[in-house]
Amino acid sequence: MGRIVKVSGPLVIAEGLADANMFDVVRVGEQRLIGEIIEMRGDRASVQVYEETSGLGPGAAVESTGAPLSVMLGPGLIETIYDGIQRPLEAIKAVCGETIGRGVEVAPIDLEKKWEFKATAAGGDAVKAGDILGTVRETVSFLHKIMVPHGVEGKIKSIHSGSYNVTEPVAVIETAGGDVGVTMHQKWPVRVGRPYLRKIPPNVPMLTGQRNIDTMFPIAKGGTAAIPGPFGSGKTVTQHQLAKWSDVDIVVYIGCGERGNEMTDVLREFPELKDPRSGEPLMKRTVLIANTSDMPVAAREASIYTGITIAEYFRDMGCDVAVIADSTSRWAEALREMSGRLEEMPGEEGYPAYLASRMAQFYERAGRVYTLCSDGERIGSLTAVGAVSPPGGDLSEPVSQATMRIVKVFWALDSSLAYRRHFPAINWLNSYSLYLDRLSGWLNENVDKRYSANRSEAMNLLQTEAELDEIVRLVGMDSLSPGDRLIMETARMIREDFLQQDSFGDVDAYSSSDRQFKLMAMILLYHELAGAALQKGRALNDVLNVGARERIARAKSVPADKYQAEYADIEREMRAQFAEIEEAT
Amino acid sequence: MIKEYKTIQEVAGPLMLVRRVEGVTFNEIGEIQLQNGSVRRCRVLEINGSDALVQLFESSAGINLAESKVRFLGRSLELPVSGDMLGRVFDGLGHPADGGPDILAEKKMDINGLPMNPAARDYPNEFIQTGVSSVDGLNTLVRGQKLPIFSGSGLPHADLAAQIARQSRVLGGESNFAVVFAAIGITFEEAEFFTSDFRRTGAIDRTVMFINLASDPAIERIATPRMALTAAEYLAFEKDMHVLVILTDITNYAEALREVSAARKEVPGRRGYPGYLYTDLATMYERAGRRIGKEGSITMIPILSMPEDDKTHPIPDLTGYITEGQIILSRELYRKNLQPPVDVLPSLSRLKDKGIGKGKTREDHANTMNQLFAAYARGKEAKELMTILGEAALTEVDKLYAKFADAFERRYVNQGYNENRTIEDTLNLGWELLTILPKGELKRIKPEFIEKYWPKG
Repeated sequence: MGRIVKVSGPLVIAEGLADANMFDVVRVGEQRLIGEIIEMRGDRASVQVYEETSGLGPGAAVESTGAPLSVMLGPGLIETIYDGIQRPLEAIKAVCGETIGRGVEVAPIDLEKKWEFKATAAGGDAVKAGDILGTVRETVSFLHKIMVPHGVEGKIKSIHSGSYNVTEPVAVIETAGGDVGVTMHQKWPVRVGRPYLRKIPPNVPMLTGQRNIDTMFPIAKGGTAAIPGPFGSGKTVTQHQLAKWSDVDIVVYIGCGERGNEMTDVLREFPELKDPRSGEPLMKRTVLIANTSDMPVAAREASIYTGITIAEYFRDMGCDVAVIADSTSRWAEALREMSGRLEEMPGEEGYPAYLASRMAQFYERAGRVYTLCSDGERIGSLTAVGAVSPPGGDLSEPVSQATMRIVKVFWALDSSLAYRRHFPAINWLNSYSLYLDRLSGWLNENVDKRYSANRSEAMNLLQTEAELDEIVRLVGMDSLSPGDRLIMETARMIREDFLQQDSFGDVDAYSSSDRQFKLMAMILLYHELAGAALQKGRALNDVLNVGARERIARAKSVPADKYQAEYADIEREMRAQFAEIEEAT
Repeated sequence: MIKEYKTIQEVAGPLMLVRRVEGVTFNEIGEIQLQNGSVRRCRVLEINGSDALVQLFESSAGINLAESKVRFLGRSLELPVSGDMLGRVFDGLGHPADGGPDILAEKKMDINGLPMNPAARDYPNEFIQTGVSSVDGLNTLVRGQKLPIFSGSGLPHADLAAQIARQSRVLGGESNFAVVFAAIGITFEEAEFFTSDFRRTGAIDRTVMFINLASDPAIERIATPRMALTAAEYLAFEKDMHVLVILTDITNYAEALREVSAARKEVPGRRGYPGYLYTDLATMYERAGRRIGKEGSITMIPILSMPEDDKTHPIPDLTGYITEGQIILSRELYRKNLQPPVDVLPSLSRLKDKGIGKGKTREDHANTMNQLFAAYARGKEAKELMTILGEAALTEVDKLYAKFADAFERRYVNQGYNENRTIEDTLNLGWELLTILPKGELKRIKPEFIEKYWPKG
C-alpha cells in the first residue's frame, strides 16, 4: 500500500510501493481509480491513471493489484462497446448515466449469462494450450471456440455439454500439477502478444468491396496498412467501409482519441447493415473499443493494446480478424503527453524516443499464423489497419514516418481529391501495396486470369495521364495527339467511373470482386476499341461520343442482382456502336 | 475549517507556487486574498508533496509574497446555473457583468464537465436550416453538430455567425431555442456587434453571454469557453432547450493555454503550443451533441482566425481533426466581394449525409450537392487553365464549366447577410445553375431526378 506524493494531470507519483511490479495495475485514492505503474525508482512509482485525477492529493492511498493490465476473453465480447481498458460502456451507462463517472467497476463480460456449451473434445483426450474443447454459438454469425488456456496441458478428466456461465468450469483437465477446472473465459495481459506456433507469409487478399483497394492497392489477410490523410480527406469513412465490408470473421474497431459521434454512428448503423456474405447484421461480428478524445488520455494509450489483444484471441480460434484503429496519431500523442509528464528527454517534435519501436511492436502483432494447438493445422490471421492524422497533412512528421517504415500497404488520402469530392480520396500515384505480387496468384486464379494484367494497364493509363496533364497545363489540350487525348479520356473514366465509389450509396458501397473486374474490363475494352478506331483514321469526336460511355458511367449503380446482364449488354452495345463508326466513312 | 496559507513562494507569469500546504488536491480551486481585500481565483495544476503549483485566472498584480493569503476550496471551478441566466451577460469567470443581481443558483456545476459516454450519445441527424445556401445546400448543419468557422483576420466571420444564429430553424415546428455566446479575448467592437445584432432581432432574451474582452486577463480565457459550455449543458440537458453555442475566438483561447504551458516549461509540441492541445480542445468541442432520451441538444459553432490564413497551423489543424467539418472563409472570395466568402470546396460538414434527403430536405439533395461540388471544382480548374493559356485552350465543355463556376460564385455563394433562403430555394437555385451544363454531364444525379427536377422551359 503506497501513498501519493505528487499529482500532475494523469500522472501520479506514489511512494511505498517497493513490492509492486512494473506495469502492475493499481487502485488510486478513495474512488479507487484505475492506474498502471510505468516507472519505478526505489519505492517511488510513477502511475498513469486511466481516469480523471481531479481531487487527488498527497497522502491518498495507492494499492497494487499485483497483476498487469489484462483483458477478459470469452463469450460475450462481440457486439459490446468498451472503453480503453475494457469496461463496457453500456454497463457504465447503467451505473452512472450519460457521462462517464469515475472509479466504476464493471465486469468486461457478463458473468451471469448462461451460454450453451457444446463439447467437441472428449474425456481422455490429451490436450494442450490452444486446443479446442468445445463451442458456443455466440451470435448468429459467430461460433465461439473455447480453447485450453495457456499453461494448461494434460488429459481431459471430464467435459460436459450444457448451459454454463463464463465462470463455471466446463471441463476438468488432469495436468502434471493436479486437476485444473477450465472455464469459458481467460485473462491475458494486453502488453504481451498472445503466442502462436509460427507466422506464414500472407498470400490471400482481404477483400473489402472497395474498388480502389481491392483492385488497385490490395491488402492481404494478416497484412498491415496505414491510411494517412489530413482532416476532411475521408479517413474515418474509409475505415468504416473496411469495418463494414471486409471478408473477415471478426472486426475489432478501435476509436482511439476520435469523435464520440463516430462511435455512435457505428453503434447505430452496424446493427442495421447486413454482411454481404452471411446476410446477418454486421454488429454480430464486431467488437468496439471507444476511447473518444474527451475521455482520459492515459486510457487512450491502453486502448490500442486492449483492441489487438482481443483480436489475437479470436485469431487463435482460427479466425480471420481485422483490427481497425482510428487514429494511431492520437495514441502517439497520448504517449507524448505521458512522456512529457515523466520529464523524459524528448525525441522529434516532443514525441518520446521510443515512439517508432512501440509503433512497430503494435503492427508486428498482425500476421497470418499457425495458431497454438496440438495438430498445428489451424490458421488464423490478424490484419491491422491504422489511420494516421498527420498535422497539416504533412507526412514528414514522426508518426507518419514511423508508420511508413513498418506497414506494407499505404493508402494515401489526398485533400485535393477530397475537395473535388473524389471519394474515396486515395491518391493512386502516391499509394502503394507491397502485397501486389503475392496476391496476384490468388486473384488471377479466383477472380479472373486477366485480373493483374488489367490492373497494371489501368495503372499505366493513370500514370500516363499524370504526365500528359503536365503538358496540358503548359500548352493546352489541343496540342495532344488523338491517341493521347483518348488516354486522357480513358483515365478520366477510370477515375470517375471506377475509382470513385459512393460509401453512402445503397448499391455502390460494396462491390464484389467479380463486379470490380468486369467494370474495369469494360472501361479497358472501350479504350481498346476506341484505339483501334483511331488507328483506322476515325474522328476523335465520334469515338469520344459513343453512346455506351454514358451507360458505363452509370454502371456502378446497377443493382447487384442485375449487373451481370447489364454489363454484358453495355459491352454488346459498345461493340455495335464502334462497328457502326468503323463502317461509316 | 478551511486553512489559510501565507506561504506563497513565488509568482511568475500566470503561475504561483504555494509551500507547506496540506490536503490540497489536483485541479482544486483556490482564492487569493490581497492586502486590499480583493479576491483572485486560481487552480491547482500540480501538487508535489506539500508544494502546490497553481495557475492564476486573473492578473498577478498586487500579490505580495509575504502578505497575500491563499485558501483552497476543496472543489473545482463551478458555475451557478439557473433558467434565469437567459438574457444575462457574464464576465469570463461567470460573474454578472450587466449590473444585474447574482444568479439564484438552482445548482452549481463543475465547469470541466465529464466525458459523454459514446453509448449514450444520440446521432445528430436533424437538419437545421440556416438560410445560407453554401451551408444548407453543400455543408449542411445538423442539430448537435460542432461546425467551426475557419476565418482569418479581417474576414467577416462575425457577420456569418450572427446570420446563422439569427436565421437558424428546424423545419416543421417551433422549438425551445437558446443561444450561448462566449467572447474569448475579442475586441469590444466585435462583442458589441453580436450584442446589438441579438438585441435588434430580439434574440437577446434567449441568449446567455460570457464576455472576456481583449483587455481582460488572458488567463481567464481558459475558463470562459468552459463556463459557456456548462451553461449550455444545463440548458440543453436539464431544461430541454436546443442550444446554439458560439465561441469566438478559439485562437485566443489556445494562446492563453500556450502561455500557461510555457510558464510551466513544458516540452512544446508544434509552434510552441502544448502537446496536449488536441486533448484540451477535444474536451471542449466534444461537449456538443445529443443524448439518448434527452429533448435538448448542443450545436456548436466555434470561430477561429487562422494565423496567416494557414489551415495547417496547429489550431485550425487540430480543430479540424476534432470537429465535424469546417466552414472556411476565403480571402480571395472576400476580395471579389462575395458575401459570405465561403470557400465551399475545402469546407465540409461530416454529418450532412444523415441530415439530408427524403423526409428531411428533399430526395435530390445528396445528388445535386455532389454534382455542384464536382462541377464547381472542374470549373475552377478550367478557369485556372484559362488564365494561363487563354480561353482558346479550353474544350467546349470546359468553357461551360468555367461559366458555371462564375455563376455559381455570383449567385449561389454570394447571397448577402440578410437574405434568408429556404432549402427549397437553395435546391432550385442549384438546378438552375446546373442547366448551364449539358444534361449528359450530370453523371452524379440519378436519371429520375433529372427527369423530375430539371427546370422546365
